[in-house]
Amino acid sequence: MMSLAELICPAGTPAALRVAVDAGADAVYCGFQDATNARNFPGLNFTPDELAASVVYAHAHGTKVLLALNTYPPAGKLDLWRHAADTGARLGVDAFIVADMGVADYIAHTHPQVRLHLSVQAAASSPEAIRYYCESFGVKRVVLPRILTIPEIRQIRKEIPCEIETFIFGNHGLMVEGRCSLTNYLTGQSTNMDGVCSPASDVEYVRDADGSMSSQLAGFTIDRFGPDEKAGYPTICKGRYTAPHRPEGYYAFEEPVSLNLSRLLPELIEAGVHAFKIEGRQRSKSYVRGVVRAFRAAVDDIKAGRKANIADLLALTEGQKQTQGAFETKKWR
Amino acid sequence: MTKLTLGPIAYHWSAEARSDFYARIADEAPVDEVYLGEVICSKRAPFHEAELPATIERLERAGKRVILSTLAEVMLKRERKATEDLAEIDAPEIEINNAAGLFARGRRPHRIGPFMNAYNEATIGWMAAQGATHVCLPSEMPAPAIAVAARAARELGLGVEVQVFGRVSLAVSARCYHARAHGRTKDNCQFVCEEDPDGMPLRSRDEQPILRVNGIQTQSESYLDLLPETPQLVADSVTHLRLMPQRVDMVAVAQVFRDAVDGRLSMGEADARLAALSGDARLSNGFYHGAAGYRRIAMAAPS
Amino acid sequence: MSIHADVNTRPPGPGRTAAARLACVLIQPFLSRVVRRTAARHPSLFARLGPHQTTDFLIDPVELPFALHLRPDPEALVFRAVPRDAAPHTGAVIRGRFLLLLELVDSEQDGDAAFFSRDLEVSGDTEAVVRLRNALDDIDGSLAEETAAMFGAPGRAMLARLRRAYLNDTKGQECI
Repeated sequence: MMSLAELICPAGTPAALRVAVDAGADAVYCGFQDATNARNFPGLNFTPDELAASVVYAHAHGTKVLLALNTYPPAGKLDLWRHAADTGARLGVDAFIVADMGVADYIAHTHPQVRLHLSVQAAASSPEAIRYYCESFGVKRVVLPRILTIPEIRQIRKEIPCEIETFIFGNHGLMVEGRCSLTNYLTGQSTNMDGVCSPASDVEYVRDADGSMSSQLAGFTIDRFGPDEKAGYPTICKGRYTAPHRPEGYYAFEEPVSLNLSRLLPELIEAGVHAFKIEGRQRSKSYVRGVVRAFRAAVDDIKAGRKANIADLLALTEGQKQTQGAFETKKWR
Repeated sequence: MTKLTLGPIAYHWSAEARSDFYARIADEAPVDEVYLGEVICSKRAPFHEAELPATIERLERAGKRVILSTLAEVMLKRERKATEDLAEIDAPEIEINNAAGLFARGRRPHRIGPFMNAYNEATIGWMAAQGATHVCLPSEMPAPAIAVAARAARELGLGVEVQVFGRVSLAVSARCYHARAHGRTKDNCQFVCEEDPDGMPLRSRDEQPILRVNGIQTQSESYLDLLPETPQLVADSVTHLRLMPQRVDMVAVAQVFRDAVDGRLSMGEADARLAALSGDARLSNGFYHGAAGYRRIAMAAPS
Repeated sequence: MSIHADVNTRPPGPGRTAAARLACVLIQPFLSRVVRRTAARHPSLFARLGPHQTTDFLIDPVELPFALHLRPDPEALVFRAVPRDAAPHTGAVIRGRFLLLLELVDSEQDGDAAFFSRDLEVSGDTEAVVRLRNALDDIDGSLAEETAAMFGAPGRAMLARLRRAYLNDTKGQECI
């Protein structure tokens, strides 16, 4: 299989979807306005009517639409996910992005004509795990967790029968996706079952007298930024804490930082990665436009044998800091 | 009869501490089944693998059923190999915590561990068709979902297990947070996690105890306590209640659960004893009640 | 020192307060027209707002003499200029430089990025702010352009001048 270097771009709203398509996305990914996807955020996502119109728009421009059904239905509520899959299939989406085995099994039987992509939420990080999903449900592509080095990706590529998609830009998740209950522990809303992470309804920013700002989640102060300090998302894994050895307070898990693999693109293409995912369905059209354009130009340059000139995307990154994370070195671990 | 199980030790306890712990469990604890093996960090496994056959023999001699648990995260060569090796074992039973284990095991019988995300009846049905004999549900599941999942699993002839005591696994990562706290990397960790046999406490900026770090794992600060909920769990078809080993008198903890489940001890008295045994740790049951996991919700109608 | 800190620490003098009240009175007919027209042209906005159609927002452009009170209730739209010292207690406050806020409305800038850089300050009900942001982000085209066009050539010229002033100003800031 030759690397196609497809650009997979986020769409949180129909307007953002059109921006991504116009900016040169090979595929867009999106979700419904409910718990069936992992960006179940207030005011975000698509109604079935909006998805119908969006699929028409995308297909008219040669762009694929991937529907995220990548959460884990709690027992007794499966119908919501089945119904979402049926709607997506009826509207002609090009693939479903799934994590739950029950959902995958349902789609494999009910809508065998639609491609299945394995979500990063399934956390398949070894050739054996990936092959399990391929052989069980006919998965055509795996979205790899952001924890592997390029040599490891190259090795996996040799041992699996499906395409590989990796993240190249955006929020840098630290925890194994699909295995994180941190949000539920503090808020009572589950990332796996409800599709939320640090829900806005539980977030409060409190401005202190000296101009510093506290990020509070469900009443816990998970970070405090000085007046001129760059801020990050109010997620537990990006918070500052104290530990017995670290009384000063430190980023116990990760600093507010974004993944940016633009410089590693040629190597990733060479390693056999088929598709590159830009994170950020919760971000604005401005972000989608800027990031998709930059990566479109870079991928086109590389495909044409030119040296890619990556625009500076630092301003769009969390904490205005970027990292190549685990992809560059396993010292990151 | 509802069975009590002892989950695998999540922490890096020394080989000696483990031996002593399991000797006491074998002799004194009223638990029916014991899960052994390293689930969290593959680097720790060599420290206690040598003792494993003796521990299995010791526990089985005492009438306990032993199950070997596989790693929750499988990425490196040694992790893949360890998972593959365990999957080859016919006895004792194995509990699988990663899809790599399911792949290696094929259709031979196995248990589904709490890291496998068996959230619903469709997933459990799929797993049962592939040879699963027993499923441990994810700790964050609320009561109504547990009831539906457990009933479906029972109808398929599976054992159904729910964690009822101990810190809850909230997240796992490729990065070691114990090493990070000490300015090291995972490859150069020098096993600093051994210093925290009940996890390394983290406090929020406003000084609230919030989480525990255990190597690559992040755990709840509070101990899960579903003792008052056990009658409902049993009524909802749950067959096995899991106690996670903490640095407290686990024999006494098991005894409290056994006596309460068997009706020899009132729930009120049993819960008071459990709180005393848990020392400084706060008890929580929020997940079960659909609330924030760290919360302690009073049962509406104690049974 | 960041600009919002500067504005917030300056005590309002009596003269400034009177000027603010006058500015509010002058700008009100304009605001009413803008909000009515936007609501009529982009009805899908209200669905994304969900339960926060009845939330009161205070939009605080730090360098203007007044703030804006928005209540995006399709049954009873409110969009009015209020002197800062007489601002109502609102569910959510969004604070930043005027043209940054305008660019956010038009998706010329990314809200998360402006938040990370601390140029945008949010307080109160975070969900309300997120919903408003997502609702506005789903509008195609430019609300600023639409608004300017309502006032013909003079409106467009004024918007262009504002943008130039903003660009010069932010460049100047970086030199400080």
